[in-house]
Amino acid sequence: MTDNKAYTRRTFLTSSSLTLASASVAVPAFLQRSAFGMPMAAPGMRSIPGVPEDHVLVVVQLSGGNDGLNMVVPFGNDLYYKARPGIGIPAPQALTISERDGLGLHPQMGGIKGLFDDGLCTVVQGIGYPNPNRSHFMSMDIWHTADTDGTGDGWLGRYFDNQCCGFGKGESGTVEEVSGQPGIAVGRNAPLAMQGRQSKPIAFESPDLFRWTGEDVHESLKQPYDALVSRGEDKALEPNSNASFLMRTALDAQVSSDLIRSAVDRAPRSRYPRTQLGQQLAMVSAMIAAGLDTRVYYVSLGGFDTHAGQGGPQGAHGNLMRTLSDAVKAFYDDLKRQENAERVLTMTFSEFGRRVGQNASGGTDHGTAAPLLLFGPMVRAGILGNHPSLKNLDQGDLKYQIDFRTVYASILENWLKADSEAILGKRFKPAQVFAAT
Amino acid sequence: MIQASPSQAAEPPALPPATLETLPKHQFGFDQARHLLWRAGFGGTPEQIQLLASWGLDKAVDYLVDPSDIPVEEVREDLFASDIMEPLSDLERRRYRAAQARGDEEEIARFRAMRQRRQRDDRQQIRRVQLWWLERMIETPRPLEEKMTLFWHGHFATSYRKIEDSWHMFRQNQMFRSKALGNFGELLFAIIRDPAMIVYLDNQTSRVGAPNENLARELMELFSLGEGNYTEQDIKEGARALTGYTYEDDAFVFQDNNHDKGSKSILGARGQMDGDDFVTAILQKRECSRFMARKLYRFFVGDVPMDPERTSREQNRFIDQLAGVMLRSRYEIAPVLKSLFRSAHFYHESIVGQQIKSPVQLVVGAARSLLTPTRDLNVLVDALDLMGQNILFPPSVKGWDGGRSWINTSTMFVRQNILSYMLTGRMPVGTDRNAREERYDGEALLASLLAADPAAKGDPKRVVEYLLRFTTGRSPTGARDELEAFVASHGGRVSGDILTALLLLITAMPEYQLC
Repeated sequence: MTDNKAYTRRTFLTSSSLTLASASVAVPAFLQRSAFGMPMAAPGMRSIPGVPEDHVLVVVQLSGGNDGLNMVVPFGNDLYYKARPGIGIPAPQALTISERDGLGLHPQMGGIKGLFDDGLCTVVQGIGYPNPNRSHFMSMDIWHTADTDGTGDGWLGRYFDNQCCGFGKGESGTVEEVSGQPGIAVGRNAPLAMQGRQSKPIAFESPDLFRWTGEDVHESLKQPYDALVSRGEDKALEPNSNASFLMRTALDAQVSSDLIRSAVDRAPRSRYPRTQLGQQLAMVSAMIAAGLDTRVYYVSLGGFDTHAGQGGPQGAHGNLMRTLSDAVKAFYDDLKRQENAERVLTMTFSEFGRRVGQNASGGTDHGTAAPLLLFGPMVRAGILGNHPSLKNLDQGDLKYQIDFRTVYASILENWLKADSEAILGKRFKPAQVFAAT
Repeated sequence: MIQASPSQAAEPPALPPATLETLPKHQFGFDQARHLLWRAGFGGTPEQIQLLASWGLDKAVDYLVDPSDIPVEEVREDLFASDIMEPLSDLERRRYRAAQARGDEEEIARFRAMRQRRQRDDRQQIRRVQLWWLERMIETPRPLEEKMTLFWHGHFATSYRKIEDSWHMFRQNQMFRSKALGNFGELLFAIIRDPAMIVYLDNQTSRVGAPNENLARELMELFSLGEGNYTEQDIKEGARALTGYTYEDDAFVFQDNNHDKGSKSILGARGQMDGDDFVTAILQKRECSRFMARKLYRFFVGDVPMDPERTSREQNRFIDQLAGVMLRSRYEIAPVLKSLFRSAHFYHESIVGQQIKSPVQLVVGAARSLLTPTRDLNVLVDALDLMGQNILFPPSVKGWDGGRSWINTSTMFVRQNILSYMLTGRMPVGTDRNAREERYDGEALLASLLAADPAAKGDPKRVVEYLLRFTTGRSPTGARDELEAFVASHGGRVSGDILTALLLLITAMPEYQLC
């Protein structure tokens, strides 16, 4: 997608990596650690399996409040059809995942049904939290911060803070530097979930924007820019000064930019749908294939606020289900061909589900509990938890069964091998979402 | 005009003086005036720096700290709509309840649609408030007034995200502006009556028998005393003192029937204390002036930790003396800032050019000092968000951490690219809305550079040197060589276009992030 000649920083990397240690240039923090290994890994090359650095988490945010009842359809329950005469998914069309419990996936979710049948998917039912908030902003913040007040740093940001600096929730401190590759969010804005006190994610809509755009003004600017940014630290500078810190970060940024942009240049190994989510996951897959030592990626899909005309098997919500399903399926097909599927756990979530009953506009209003999906060969495949009762409601809304923070705790402890209590600020018994090893 | 660069040898940095001794008058020149303009404002043009330098230290400081004589655009109450989020009238509320009671889905849907329309309108209005404030910071002839407004916004951090009422955010912002260089005590009395803060810290539901501790806690921990200077008991009793402090529509109300009239003991004071008595008790603590002096120091001088034990002895002693000025002036802010901006400490080499610009400082500073077009303010506000300082949406009641937390690999590119946008109109974030092709007029800056240093005419080396000193306050050899080579490879003459290109390069330098 971009001219290879643009990667002058990459040339710098390969040609001078052997002399970096003694050279008096600023050495980017993550390059120091990995100059001889990861960044230039051949496609498909993996680190040693089982080493925690190996593990990757991909978060797929479904923004707007996904209608969980039409995603995982309780087709065996008459109350469902009574509450949704116009938009309910007819039983024969649901893709059955449990005959016994009368549960099936939305008919547009053929791809995910395939993953489910292959033992690569867990459906966690009735996810939520106490005293549910029905404001998009607020509930999203609650999910991002793992805090029912919805304030503070993001839960993944705190994970990075904890890994780099040993901080727990709510602690602050002055850390001189954050080392290691930060999380990467593909999208216009960096999600709150990844904002730590110290650790901030890399965020870009397209990697071609994760670079200095001044060079587009005139080609002759590129060379002096590279020289100015990689000029190295002035010997007169205190290594601890802000000026030194800025020099190192600027160089870090340039090297990350080149790594990421050259990574996504690789052709994917499966066909991705031409949707925004499909393209985002294709980029994530390319970065994983290139051996970036990034541990957390974040992508999102919007449009779930289906107050009106959401449709049934076909229609607006059905299209979203297909978009999600096809993209995730292509992602795992790709990862499998790369031999990286074992390393990559994917989680979907939405800020809330929707009300049980449809409204007068053929849509659904803001609700509460909803299913959460996990993907990857490491998950305890199948259905976890019971479908929330359609009879015993809380003012027309489902009552949650599983606190989402128990899933976070499990991911932090069992997958990212981190201290979930320090990060979440409280002990949550990890949900049993991983296969026994 | 330009003083010789300090020697390039690596020496341990000397420490700034530990006292409020003032800078000897003859030491206030171009570099010092430049420093003052950046820290007490948002930077300035070469002419403005020259002018301040020619006035001398005292007049320059007075001009910035006492701006009441400088005419400024009035903040009119009709700038924004006050009634978008107005609560339902009694009649409407009755109709809504009746509709709920009889299960009238259509009527309920109508109310819901109305609420959603209002929320959408209000989100559009908060964006307009953001644009308005950013533009005001760029245009104001009273930069310190706006800078202190920004300080109070970060200090008494309140986010639209929770309160969802743009009018209340605007009113709070204007309250900060009207008291920006006034009295801290007055601000503290005002903040417990501020509808935006009352909602942000949940005080509207705090009543006798069921006090909410949020406001009482943050009032001491974050707004006035700092951790360790009060007890959990003070929070509990303080929360009782604040019961019944709420608002109706847009105005503060004290609900006598919800107020806890019992006896309380807060921070050593006793009695039937109400919110004002609570604030008075806070202001009587010596720690309050120390805490506020430290916060002002962090904002204007250097990024010291809040914990004195992790701060150098010189800085601690200096901060203590600032606190002394604050106490003697009974919490007036202007005398504190005057002492600060006149001190030799403030102009010490370990202080000058060592602060990482906040995103607002970066953007407003570039517009004010380089005289770039502001182009589409929406793009600038979006960039502030991407750089971590979404004004009127601080991340939490703690405000912004500042310092190094502004900087990471992503924000570094946004910082470089937003400057590239301001200078050339090139979009920093790929979107292409309303791209205005207004050209940056480098000639104006060039003319003012040459006016300041006529000998630079026809001498590109001198122009490069001057530009570096003007924009970054320093002139590192390696950078100077690169820029000179760039000019040489383009005919060796600094035209307006070459000047723009030089500024593109300079503003991408790590040093440009400092002031």
